[in-house]
Amino acid sequence: MSQRPIAAVPRGVLALLALGLAAQIALKASAPPPRATAEDLPPAPSIAALRLASFGDPVALAKALMLYLQAFDYQSGSKVPYRDLDYGRLEAWLARILELDPRGQYPLLAASRLYAEVPVEAKQRRMLEFVYRQFLLDPDRRWPWLAHATAIAKHRLHDLPLALRYAQAIQRYAVADNVPLWAKQMEIFILEDMNELETARLIIGGYLQSGTIKDPAELRFLDERLKQLEARTARRAQGKEPMESVR
Amino acid sequence: MPIVASLARAALLEAVRNRLLWLAVVVVVIAFGLAQFLNQVAITESREIQTALLAAALRVAAVFMVAVFVITSMVRESSDKVTELLLSLPVPRSAYFFGKFAGYAMLVSILAVLSALPLAPFANFQGLVLWTVSLVCELLIVTAMSLFCVLSFAQVVPAFAVVAGFYLLSRSMAAMQIIAGAALQDPTLTDRVVNAVVELIALLLPALDGMTQTTWLLGSGPGVSTLGPVVGQTALYLVLICSAALFDLYRKNF
Repeated sequence: MSQRPIAAVPRGVLALLALGLAAQIALKASAPPPRATAEDLPPAPSIAALRLASFGDPVALAKALMLYLQAFDYQSGSKVPYRDLDYGRLEAWLARILELDPRGQYPLLAASRLYAEVPVEAKQRRMLEFVYRQFLLDPDRRWPWLAHATAIAKHRLHDLPLALRYAQAIQRYAVADNVPLWAKQMEIFILEDMNELETARLIIGGYLQSGTIKDPAELRFLDERLKQLEARTARRAQGKEPMESVR
Repeated sequence: MPIVASLARAALLEAVRNRLLWLAVVVVVIAFGLAQFLNQVAITESREIQTALLAAALRVAAVFMVAVFVITSMVRESSDKVTELLLSLPVPRSAYFFGKFAGYAMLVSILAVLSALPLAPFANFQGLVLWTVSLVCELLIVTAMSLFCVLSFAQVVPAFAVVAGFYLLSRSMAAMQIIAGAALQDPTLTDRVVNAVVELIALLLPALDGMTQTTWLLGSGPGVSTLGPVVGQTALYLVLICSAALFDLYRKNF
């Protein structure tokens, strides 16, 4: 269908259109940009409500919710610190998102690498425990986040018993072939740090005897580590190395 | 102008004869029944749950009914060649447009009041009044947008798709702006481009996310000044969309 020329439109309509467009842009441009604040994070809805809202596609909703949640913790221009968030609500949101999409890794990445790195120890510990609990539900897929949590417990919190608990969980429950040995062996290094040399030595010996390690380089590495541990144990027995245990 | 009043009356009469108001009453009754059911199910905050879910459902239902009615009514009129007959009258095309718009505006006012009725037992009075006025504003914007789309596309499906997209985008634009600006790393060129596009779209959309808030119905309710930005935005956006629709109507060859 052909159209009439613009000249057919009354000038009043053209003027009104231009005026309306300019006024709309001016109104919206003058309004303050929308910005979420840490206090605005609402309580997480129930999983039943979220499943209803997903219209049969929980994974898509989980992905969208993770982006929504992200908007509450790092806002361009303001960089609201994560520590301002209500961690109880945050944890509930992350748990709901994981329930909607159990294969998704984003919530645990955010928990271990973003929310667990705040300079508030109680909040760090809360996030680490969240990662630990979620790890237990699917160890073979979620071990990387508990491995990171182990590192935080050891190097940031300087809580070696906590790090040991996480490392032992990885060693015990993450049994898939794709779990690397460094992750399984974290327990040994933490035991060494705790001066639990005898236990570390026994674990390495157990590894070597079990025949589960096939890689020659790994075998060589563990063998050297075992020799070092035996040497340290011998020195300790001779009283040349202090006995105190590091917390 | 008598033609405007006649067209408005005809549009309203069509809504009545299409049993649209009966449909609205049925929706209201069903929503009220659903609210009573939720009252039985909820363990705590049952009044708040009733109010929030009822208000949200009624608002969406009203928007849906208005958009579908305006679009199908205009398309039917065009298919029956009634539009051409009306435009052959010795009146400007704007009279035709404003006559239609006035009729639909009366209809949306009735729909908004009907939608507010089942909320009366649960919500505070002042908040409910503000909510109803704001719903009228929201429905007026949807009406103008539906008219604009149906005059441009002259087909039900594309017109309704655009109106639905416009409504959903307008209501979620603030959240989208926050998400677009929430990059975890330093923004790349792509991030900046996406952010700029989102900001540009936001400039052209009405602030529907600030209208007809369920929170107004809970607690003590906001002051009357809350309506200022809502009415201002509605007036301004109606000027923009109506002039755009008139621009299309004047250029159209029938």
